[in-house]
Amino acid sequence: MTINFESKKKYNVIGTNPIRHDGYDKVTGRAIYGADVKLPGLIWGEVLRSPYAHARIKSIDTSKAEKMDGVFAVITSKDIPINKNRSGIDVNLKRDVDNILAYEKVLYKGHPVAAVSAADRNTAKEACKLIEVKYEILEPVKNVDEAIAKNAPILLEDIEADHLGKTVNNTNIAKHFRHELGDANNEFKNSDYILEKEFNLQMVHQGYIEPHNATAHWDENDHLSLWSSTQGMFAVRDLTAGFLDLPISKVTSNYVEIGGGFGGKTKVYLPPVAAILSKKSGHKPVKIIMDRISVFQGSGPAPGGKIIVKIGVTNEGKINSGAVDIKLEAGAYPGSAIPAAAVCCLACYNIPNIRVDAYDVLVNKPKSAAYRAPGSPQVSFAVESVIDEICEKMTWDKIDFRIANASKEGTRKPDGVLYHKIGFIETLEAAKNSDHWNSKIDKKDKNKIYGRGIACGYWHNGGNRSTVDLILQDDGNIALNEGSADIGGTRTSISMQVAETLGMPVESIHPSIPDTDKIGFTATTGGSRTTYATGYAGWEAANKLIEEMKKRVSILWEEPEEEIDFADGNFYSKKSDLKMNIEELATKINPTGGPVTSTASVNLSAAGNGFGIGICDLEIDPHTGKTDVIRYTAVQDVGKAIYPQYAEGQIRGGAVQGIGWALNEEYYIEKDGTMANTSFLDYRMPTALDMPNIDVIMVEVANPLHPFGVRGVGEVPIVPPLAAVGNAIKDATGSRIYSTPMKPRKILEVIDNG
Amino acid sequence: MAKLFLPYHLKKATNDEDYVEVKGKNLREVIDNLEKMYPGTKEYLVEENRIKPGLAAICGYSATRKGLLQELEDDTEVHFLPSIAGG
Repeated sequence: MTINFESKKKYNVIGTNPIRHDGYDKVTGRAIYGADVKLPGLIWGEVLRSPYAHARIKSIDTSKAEKMDGVFAVITSKDIPINKNRSGIDVNLKRDVDNILAYEKVLYKGHPVAAVSAADRNTAKEACKLIEVKYEILEPVKNVDEAIAKNAPILLEDIEADHLGKTVNNTNIAKHFRHELGDANNEFKNSDYILEKEFNLQMVHQGYIEPHNATAHWDENDHLSLWSSTQGMFAVRDLTAGFLDLPISKVTSNYVEIGGGFGGKTKVYLPPVAAILSKKSGHKPVKIIMDRISVFQGSGPAPGGKIIVKIGVTNEGKINSGAVDIKLEAGAYPGSAIPAAAVCCLACYNIPNIRVDAYDVLVNKPKSAAYRAPGSPQVSFAVESVIDEICEKMTWDKIDFRIANASKEGTRKPDGVLYHKIGFIETLEAAKNSDHWNSKIDKKDKNKIYGRGIACGYWHNGGNRSTVDLILQDDGNIALNEGSADIGGTRTSISMQVAETLGMPVESIHPSIPDTDKIGFTATTGGSRTTYATGYAGWEAANKLIEEMKKRVSILWEEPEEEIDFADGNFYSKKSDLKMNIEELATKINPTGGPVTSTASVNLSAAGNGFGIGICDLEIDPHTGKTDVIRYTAVQDVGKAIYPQYAEGQIRGGAVQGIGWALNEEYYIEKDGTMANTSFLDYRMPTALDMPNIDVIMVEVANPLHPFGVRGVGEVPIVPPLAAVGNAIKDATGSRIYSTPMKPRKILEVIDNG
Repeated sequence: MAKLFLPYHLKKATNDEDYVEVKGKNLREVIDNLEKMYPGTKEYLVEENRIKPGLAAICGYSATRKGLLQELEDDTEVHFLPSIAGG
């Protein structure tokens, strides 16, 4: 279902649901993923990982492994080229390289310590067992409370942390910054009601189906070719080149399909390891595939943490002051999502006085990575729970209160930046008018209890660099090359924008994703940026192609270019009846100067602020605590849905992941700091059988920064479900849970305790 | 003149003003002029002749992609904020 708030031009291609270009390959199994890459002479790599969450490496003896039959090479961090001179390495690069092969210390269970290449995978695994590592075991830091406690073990002994502009050593708080608007602390005195609550969240994983993998071939010409499952092949190229001290022109990163990423495949783990093994194995190509345990233990999850929210309101129903204290788990190295969390926390509301303190906290868990709207689900769980509680206390309508306080054009976000045109109020009104909000909960079972919750969420969406090349083929079709990894159907969404601009059917556009040597730099697919930014590049390339084709028409018609118009796929003479479509032109084009091509590279700023709302009905078995979502509606301002089925699919997927985060998912950490639930049997993600059909209402308030109004879709929908589920549990049980996951044990506790 | 909204800890250097108005036709000139007005501020914003890694300069509504070369019109708001990545 789509609601339009503005009359727009009718599109021919945009807004339709064509057969996706990569559809047949994917459903028939022909599509090539990282694990499918086969090269002549391919051998296998395996990674030895730390059994301890925090330990000093005393020694590594690889001699027995090296002597094993079938083994080609064994490497440790000393084999990484930039480690030859550590004093000269940029600190961020040093942290990244230490994460792929530990240097002196291991900082989480699963931290890579060494790697082996061998003739086959089993031999490589067996050889890993022969590597003797002596550790001095250290006390693990398991959460933010332990990390900031007095006399806490320090993870990074060389840290120079920035705390509000001051350099601090000997700390696990890697960064502390503050946003301040007005005078929040003072203005709470003018609030008629103030609510302050603390929330705790556990680390969760993106749970992509395809594990991390890499194949590397460092050939005799000193050229490195890489294939890996990634959201950004240029990031793989650049980071691997950096680790190996190679110029980027010596590294080619090849595109392979990706079986899910959700932000988790924006990091680089295996390609540099496979590359070094390849070189040390006589230039044989080496493949490494993580098993699921390694994925959980060794690849970046989304941070857990502690969030304290304080909101003050007046009797007139206005939020006059808000303060949020955010401590997120960075994992073993700095870099949690606190910059985004600090903006997203109160971004839905027009609050004149805001104070946000954000802390990036080191703990002995894998270095955190992005996960759909990184940082926003955590803080929105906290803020939207408090908003819900305030509305109940003050007996205010939960949507009307939000509309009265909603951000709109001209509102300042918590970081002080002004919004341009946004569609949050329209989204709230769509939720208010929805069938779901205006229907009663379907209470089928008298033995169960039922509740409904609503919550909102924000994500800014991204821009960044993208390149698209177009080639007019002799038969009138268009070859399209683009550099974005296709994780959500973007081949088609970009092709549709090109097709719309050229006035052609999308079936005439043939998209490809070449390697990094054959297309201009394109940033990682993430931040909901690709349909926006690479689509923008496609639109620009198509317009350039039109201008180039006009020159050729001018030659053929012997008329000045200025006298030629283009509309809906046809060239027209302004002064005669001459008319020609692109297909006809293609057949005549060679004598006019050879092939017609165009290229466009863009470097765009943020895509345009997306807002979403979740309405959740759930059913609880009061005897077991088992909770089932029985109805969920996601309402979202998408700007413009280029491919509505894809956009709806993104929204449904995000909602389901958010519901799993709310109800079941967590890194269950033992006393020794190790993760106990490293399989999908024990790390419970929702399946199709657990979920009702997710209803989607797309609101289209066009983004003024994009030719077709695109805002970006993929991240917003994961934000509202945590609080929507929590608010529904409160509605059902009468008690609120202030931590995730809201699992059966906690639900029974709140039912028992009233 | 551009309106510069500085990180919290730099507000102390600018007498706790919400923003400071600084002349300059691009970001480089504005930061250089800010340094003349409030010595010591530039080192928090610029490193090796570019915006410091980890910082984003928001000019108007969104982060500039032109770095210090970003042209600025009168009354443009400039915010220096921790840079944000997506998933």
